[in-house]
Amino acid sequence: MSIFTLKQSRPAPKTQTGVLGWTTKHLFSSKTNAVLSLFALYFLYLILPPLLDWMIFGADFSAKTNAECTREAACWSYIGEKMNLFMYGMYPTEEYWRPNLLLTITLSFAFMVRLLKHQPYKNKAILTLFIIYPVIAFFLLYGNDFLGIKIVETNQWGGLMLTIVVASVGIVASFPIGVFLALGRQSRMKTIQFLSIAYIELIRGIPLITILFMVSVMLPLFFTEGINFDKLLRALIGITLFQTAYIAEVIRGGLQAVPKEQYEAADAIGLSFTQKMVFIILPQALKISIPNIVGSFIALFKDTTLVLIIGIFDMLAIAELATNDTDWLGRKTEGIVFVSIVIWMLLYLMSRYSKALERRFNTQH
Amino acid sequence: MKTNDIITIKGVNKWYGDFHALNDINLAIKEGEIIVICGPSGSGKSTLIRCVNFLEKFQEGCIVVDGIKLTDDVKKIRQIRSEVSMVFQNFNLFPHLSIINNLTLAPIWVHNTTKQEAKEKALSLLDRVGIKDQADKYPNQLSGGQQQRVAIARALCTSPKIMLFDEPTSALDPEMISEVLDVIVELAKEGITMLCVTHEMGFAKKVADRIIFMDEGQIIEQNEPNTFFNNPESDRLRSFLNQILIR
Repeated sequence: MSIFTLKQSRPAPKTQTGVLGWTTKHLFSSKTNAVLSLFALYFLYLILPPLLDWMIFGADFSAKTNAECTREAACWSYIGEKMNLFMYGMYPTEEYWRPNLLLTITLSFAFMVRLLKHQPYKNKAILTLFIIYPVIAFFLLYGNDFLGIKIVETNQWGGLMLTIVVASVGIVASFPIGVFLALGRQSRMKTIQFLSIAYIELIRGIPLITILFMVSVMLPLFFTEGINFDKLLRALIGITLFQTAYIAEVIRGGLQAVPKEQYEAADAIGLSFTQKMVFIILPQALKISIPNIVGSFIALFKDTTLVLIIGIFDMLAIAELATNDTDWLGRKTEGIVFVSIVIWMLLYLMSRYSKALERRFNTQH
Repeated sequence: MKTNDIITIKGVNKWYGDFHALNDINLAIKEGEIIVICGPSGSGKSTLIRCVNFLEKFQEGCIVVDGIKLTDDVKKIRQIRSEVSMVFQNFNLFPHLSIINNLTLAPIWVHNTTKQEAKEKALSLLDRVGIKDQADKYPNQLSGGQQQRVAIARALCTSPKIMLFDEPTSALDPEMISEVLDVIVELAKEGITMLCVTHEMGFAKKVADRIIFMDEGQIIEQNEPNTFFNNPESDRLRSFLNQILIR
């Protein structure tokens, strides 16, 4: 009879670890995988050198005029020349400090929220910030005679500033309404349920362009002549109406994913309907829906480019507009590439933030 | 023992669609009494105790809990639920809240206890079920037995008059069953009225004042444990006992 002794753990074989291990495991694990990997490498070889050459190595960064950009590559001085247009649209130059200040305030508010994390009064403080922020933003961007801030009409707004305004108003306004619509669709009260379903299905069946046209052309018809609805406001209403329906459906998916037992447990301890929803169901439903909610917001962000068709100049529209400058003819590509890079960076940030949120709310460990 | 009935169930009938789930149930439970309900699956045991706190609606009959008659009135339902606590088969803790917040939610929002008081009481209850050191963890970080003990502590947090247990050990690994049953046995000594659906016959023998046997939505037989196990009257109960006691 022998007594069992525990053997020492040994390090894994060389082929399983390090660069070599990773390569064999992920790139050349099977014949198909090897062929695909080689094909991908070949594709990169075809694409990357000319792309990098156009964008960086062959590109012109210092030319003063279009004529000086003689190379067969990007002329980034064009972007430098038009930078203000891309960022602020037709916003008066001497008022640039206002959007800049708002950006600073936004960042510092975000920083303050982080600092407040462990304070006992954090909820109230965050709520206060959340309420005063839109007021500050409105007065700063639009202006107010009483406060002595010069009014800048919204038809002068444009560029990245406008893109961000449209997207963030759409996001912030559509989220709470979407939650209510999702709850409405689940309601046992048939009237509320019917109205919610009707709204959601109607809006989801119409393209955003159509909605933007309708609010821009038809909304004024409902009001007496003389009341002139701001064009940007109309676009914001249209986008919010549109986004609400999508958010509602995403959140409904989350609500349905919360197990029935959670509803029962909440009922059994005597919570009211509102308490049950606020404390138990919605936090879990929203957590489940984070990836889809952010996905939906990313789609919205890109859809904001459609406001062009009702004559509002978002960043992409500016790229188009800037080509009209006869001093810089033929530089449309640079504009589009620049806009793509900026928007991609913003959306990638959103996507990372969504991942971080998912990690933060993950209690499954 | 006190003699007033805390739960009265009269002529209760319930259907799921066409299926007659509860068939003319009549039952009176005295304050402090400990009732164990057993029977084959699908016999309506869980449905019956879920009717007591109105998680299930019934179509005929009436249930009076502590002088409050169950109706569709939301206020009355909430009033009853604040006096009746329930422990579920699958624990049903709130996974997004820490253990301590799972416990203090109902005291703070339903019973208007102050946060401080609720927290102290929650900690002392966690201490009693032996997991005080886990208070800041989340439910999914605990074992099944620990989760069920948290669920029992959560049920006790509101100082209920009545506790409902719906197969509290059925979802547990075998070695965790006793740690949960021990807690329930301790509770049974304290005079809370308890209705417990379970297949743990040893436990039933030890704590029950009365054992009820159900089949096909009806109460077939009820008796105090000794008679129940040693002199079953009906054939149905005899064959049921044979099947589960042989193991």
